[in-house]
Amino acid sequence: MARKALPGIALITTSLILAGCSGSSSTPATSASGSTAGFQSQHKGGTLKLLAKSAAGSLDPQVNYTLQYWQLYQAMYDGLMAFKKVDGQASFTPVPDLAEAAPQVSDGGKTYVFKLRQGIKFSTGAALTTDDVVASFERIFKVSSPTAGTFYNGIVGADACLTKPATCSLAKGVVGDATAGTVTIHLTAPDSEFLYKLAVPHASILPKGSPAKDAGTTPLPTTGPYMVASYDPNRELKMVRNPNFSEWSHDAEPQAYPDEIDESFGLTVEAEVTAVQNGQADWVFDPPPADRLNELGTTYASQVHVNPLTAFWYLALNTNLAPFNNEAARQAISWAVDRAAVVRLYGGTNLAQPACTILPPGLPGHVDSCAYTAGGGATWSAPDLAKAKQLVQQSGTAGQEVGVVVQDDTVNKAMGEYLQSVLNEIGYQATLKPLSADIQFTYIQNTKNKVQLSLTSWYQDYPAASDFINVLLSCASFHPGSDSSINISGFCDKGIDGQIQQALTLARTDPQAADKLWGQIDQAIMAKAPVVPLINPKLVDFTSKRVGNYQFSKQFYMLVSQLWVQ
Amino acid sequence: MSAGPWRIAAGHLARNRAAMAGVAVFVVIALACLAAPLYAEHVAHTDPFRSNVSGTTVVDGRTVQVLAPSSTGLGLGVTPIGPTWDPGHYFLGADNQGRDVLARLLYGGRNSLFIGLISALLCCLIATAVGVLAGYAGGPVDALLSRTLDVVWSIPVYLLAICLSVILLTSGLRLGPITISAGSLWVPILIIAVVYVPYVARPVRGQVVALRNRDYIQAAIGTGASDVRVMRRDVLPNILPTAIVFVPIMMALDMLTESALSFLSVGVQPPDASWGTIINDGLGLLYTRPAVTIAPGLCIAATAVALNVLGDGVRDALDPGAR
Repeated sequence: MARKALPGIALITTSLILAGCSGSSSTPATSASGSTAGFQSQHKGGTLKLLAKSAAGSLDPQVNYTLQYWQLYQAMYDGLMAFKKVDGQASFTPVPDLAEAAPQVSDGGKTYVFKLRQGIKFSTGAALTTDDVVASFERIFKVSSPTAGTFYNGIVGADACLTKPATCSLAKGVVGDATAGTVTIHLTAPDSEFLYKLAVPHASILPKGSPAKDAGTTPLPTTGPYMVASYDPNRELKMVRNPNFSEWSHDAEPQAYPDEIDESFGLTVEAEVTAVQNGQADWVFDPPPADRLNELGTTYASQVHVNPLTAFWYLALNTNLAPFNNEAARQAISWAVDRAAVVRLYGGTNLAQPACTILPPGLPGHVDSCAYTAGGGATWSAPDLAKAKQLVQQSGTAGQEVGVVVQDDTVNKAMGEYLQSVLNEIGYQATLKPLSADIQFTYIQNTKNKVQLSLTSWYQDYPAASDFINVLLSCASFHPGSDSSINISGFCDKGIDGQIQQALTLARTDPQAADKLWGQIDQAIMAKAPVVPLINPKLVDFTSKRVGNYQFSKQFYMLVSQLWVQ
Repeated sequence: MSAGPWRIAAGHLARNRAAMAGVAVFVVIALACLAAPLYAEHVAHTDPFRSNVSGTTVVDGRTVQVLAPSSTGLGLGVTPIGPTWDPGHYFLGADNQGRDVLARLLYGGRNSLFIGLISALLCCLIATAVGVLAGYAGGPVDALLSRTLDVVWSIPVYLLAICLSVILLTSGLRLGPITISAGSLWVPILIIAVVYVPYVARPVRGQVVALRNRDYIQAAIGTGASDVRVMRRDVLPNILPTAIVFVPIMMALDMLTESALSFLSVGVQPPDASWGTIINDGLGLLYTRPAVTIAPGLCIAATAVALNVLGDGVRDALDPGAR
């Protein structure tokens, strides 16, 4: 059997080999901010105090699907692969983590062979073995990990595991060889994004004996520099050093600075910001309140870090319900919404930029184009209300009632009120339904709730166009009657779906051509307007005065373990 | 010829300076709120229900943005225009949608007062009917109605109101031929009226039970008068002062409840305004534009105090023994 890697995979693996080489050395990480120093032991120690309004649920890395804990998992759990833990664009690069080097890919991109690093121990003191790796992949299905059916369904045997999770066996899909120290993963079809999928926390390697159910608030043993000492979702998450950790790859899992990281819960965001201002805490997870932004940007400018995200906020128009089952009605909304107004409601031009496409700037495949801007052009300039009103009349949907479902926080609600005003202006009778953030995201996905228009957002899981277009707008992502129907618009166009499959296939052999095709698909979808891209947001990190060595990974955001507190 | 009891009560009320001050404050607020369309259209030239996020206005001869992006430091955040103290535009500044706060305050007051008044009247009407029926009928009817009131009473008012609001705001209400849409003002009116019925019905029932054994009632029954006639002609006029005393007090209470529900987003729905929704709108602007929250808060406080003082005056006038 040929062992020639396909070009698409070769692209990733070439960078991996380079990354693997540097990763195994003690060469310090180079950050885009210019920090090139190695580990600076004089900054080691201290307690980093983080604040979040509330806990983010289960601690189980194979279950939790929140940015809040994914950010912390970076310093606790490891997979065969990891995203490079550095500042800037390089953080999108997957590097070998628990695997010694980049995998050997064969069988036309369907077989990956990883050699495990030797000498790695869990926080319990037990040595990491190939059995742990095999068990961890089976556990993804046993605990019904949120991405089991989307990220890992290509592993041989995954189909049966998805049907009967309790008895999941990947005997033919994930094969460990304890003697050789290798793990071989067999896929049913080549997957150009598989290494990305191995680098997210759901593919963390846990001890073989870990419970085959959501561990909830019980911490699971870690391999990274920290382990969880205690977790009370009403009070605090306390992370302390893992006594069995020693750095094996600076790129994948660098040595950490603080001795302890505490994330406390329960304060309001206003109080959190005040606590950081007063030096009582070091960082706030939640976005700062709108009325504090000006103060932070002026009085505390040196403590504020603003970073663009590969994400977009958008309106999902239900293509299966009136009035938005009418293409002209959908286009009318695209013409009518003033993106500059939405940017203002988000916090201004330094915190967001108008969006015209599904693929955010910086993501492979993104092409500057804007189908719905007054006067034309590649970037958004102004709405065209006259055209919007004309389209509403032309569609015969004028006067219809439209429910706008938004989250009930200040920013989302403000955007909702603005949208309601715009809808009323172009001829609809809009009502606003603010829902708790805890339920809104699942509520708008379920077709039973008959949501016509909703405001939501999507932040990348990994840097690939498919993570936006295929996930959000393919026929396969539409599951009527389910809370997990991430294609919120219910958009299913057979022609575009064919192009999506073509791009996924092309990505295995010619990533550049695939990216070009993704860009075309983006524009083809925008022509049908099932979604209205609004803004590409930026993230504000507010740190205390004593914090140093701030680094921002574009993949998992601020590198918590690399902060200095002394 | 002596004056009738109502005229005597009116005289007492007119001589009560505190009550008259309450009336004056209430009337001023109510008239200002009734003039909301005049102010918005002819003075401020603004539509208080339309977002004006990208709009501009002229202050001291300079064109300024209604929602001004920060231009200092890192340039983070957007701040609505503050009070201009010019009645012609943005007298109290703008909210986070760029809408004129004073215009919304006046429109919001119309809704708050309307909901407070109608729900208080409705509550007293239902409570009087239930109280009279329970107290007069006695026996199983009294037991059924009284226990029902006890059940409603046992549930915290705000909890019950929020639960009802969430349900009705999702689906609206259909009772036979009566249909109330989800965003209608009648949703909070009905909810507030219903949750406070026990507070009025129980004292009314107590009075009716006492009246039921009076000689003149027994005499009326003895002459063969029907129950409906006795209730209408002999019982109702005697408990009417009690019900009337409740009206201003319940109006103040209902207005506060409406504000609380609207503040929690389960009362008046956007883009409509009430004083509660405006306070909610101002929450996110507390540090930069506190006037958005303070102005409706003062209006609520002033109206509630005025109505309570008036309520005390009405009680003193109709029931001097209660002083």
